[in-house]
Amino acid sequence: MANNDILLMKGNEAIAHAAIRCGCDGYFGYPITPQSEILETLAAQKPWETTGMVVLQAESEVASINMLYGGGGAGKRVMTSSSSPGVALMQEGIAYMAGAEIPGLIVNVQRGGPGLGTIQPSQGDYFQATRGGGNGDYYIIVLAPSTVQEMADFVDLSFELAFKYRIPAMILSDGVIGQVMEKVTLPPFKPRRTDEEVIAQCPWASTGRKGMRPINVITSLELRPEAMEQHNLHLQAKYAEIRKNEVRYEELQTEDADYLIVAFGSAARIAQKAISDLRAEGIRVGLLRPITLWPFPYDRIRELSQKVRGILTFEINAGQMVEDVRLAVEGRTPVTHYGKMGGIVPTPDEVIATLKNHFSITL
Amino acid sequence: MTEEIIISGFGGQGVLSMGKILAYSALVEGKEVSWMPAYGPEQRGGTANVTVIISDERISSPIVSQFDTAVILNQPSLERFEPQIKPGGTLIYDGYGISEPPKRTDINIYEIDAMDAAAEMGNPKGFNMIVLGGLLKIRGLVNIDDVLAALRKTLPERHHHLIPANEEALRRGMEIITRK
Repeated sequence: MANNDILLMKGNEAIAHAAIRCGCDGYFGYPITPQSEILETLAAQKPWETTGMVVLQAESEVASINMLYGGGGAGKRVMTSSSSPGVALMQEGIAYMAGAEIPGLIVNVQRGGPGLGTIQPSQGDYFQATRGGGNGDYYIIVLAPSTVQEMADFVDLSFELAFKYRIPAMILSDGVIGQVMEKVTLPPFKPRRTDEEVIAQCPWASTGRKGMRPINVITSLELRPEAMEQHNLHLQAKYAEIRKNEVRYEELQTEDADYLIVAFGSAARIAQKAISDLRAEGIRVGLLRPITLWPFPYDRIRELSQKVRGILTFEINAGQMVEDVRLAVEGRTPVTHYGKMGGIVPTPDEVIATLKNHFSITL
Repeated sequence: MTEEIIISGFGGQGVLSMGKILAYSALVEGKEVSWMPAYGPEQRGGTANVTVIISDERISSPIVSQFDTAVILNQPSLERFEPQIKPGGTLIYDGYGISEPPKRTDINIYEIDAMDAAAEMGNPKGFNMIVLGGLLKIRGLVNIDDVLAALRKTLPERHHHLIPANEEALRRGMEIITRK
């Protein structure tokens, strides 16, 4: 595959190819539908023979996330992927990474829950991803791709952000974007960092001190309350910095919109179709698509809420992001939610009907 | 132009690969495409379907509830998708898998006896390409040369000797499809 080739592939396959191309050092994962093509594609591509990237099928999700802790602690660009119940198993390790300030990429191709749930698409892990599924006061950066192209593009972006802030980053996708095949242009090849580059760029990493520098300790444990408080204050200051710098979103047709739909990932694609059908009927609707779910675009939604008659939050769940939308809107305009659970993906027609009925729109 | 297509039948009939070849062919022509399988605990003999959208413009939703064209290869698929065809749309079905023929009068209905033709040709695996040939005859969508280009591009070299048999199946499908 030459650079700039337009290819047709699944979102899961795009993630695997992008990982190899963006200088990823290691992948550790365990198969689970609907994301198994990530591991399958990596195994088929055999990057250990070309870039030297390690690809390892771990014995469990718990093992995978702890391998991520080890690799990230050594300053390596490492990733894992799973689907909802598997990501639930990883939460302890993610909290440890957040506490120890270890960068790494976790991909969650969501399926319906709770528990073992179903293998069909869902966005039911929004709370888990954006609220920190483990213990303690922490956040991770969460990016929500809505196209196969973004599945590819967000791999390198996640690593850049994860290392910039020493924080785990998550790509929160779902069974629709993981399984759909679309056009994609893969990112250009970027070499893996050399040992010297890792030592220079990650002075905190446990790279082996060779008697030359003080010991780097990678841990989330601190038994002195005062020291632990200082560490927490440091983490909170870092989160404030991320909130200030890294909010990302996309707007479509919001300039003249009377109504706003807020949707992320695959739901935003379904919403786009609903919006073009609604506009064909003369109903002016716009879309705000959060790209970062944490940090969340509260400010922009607050601004837009002053211009519209109502907001529909559309998610493939029982209503999770709608809580963040309500926090942003603070009652300035009516906010409602539409979604489905159990692995059922709503159609554009259902979104259209909900918007019209809830806001009593008649022509 | 946007064409929203559902292809549905039994697992093992080549439903997903037919959709994939159609999608690749549209890609060869520089069109926007999306291929969305109904994935699940699928198995040979179970049901399989795929939504393929081909458009001159950026595709919004890969999931739709109304289709311009339905390619139906068994009875359960007919029962499920016949009501979801847009008025004026197209329904193509293989007579072999259908015991209760379609009833709608506001759509264009075509039959293609691809299972029988595949058996006659001694090429049972060519079944889905015969159906694809019929679809292309009725709906245009992509040029047969681009289908062959897509096959050359996506099949590993060791399978390229099968391309002439696939071409034959495509052309046979174009001949045998009939309006009901």
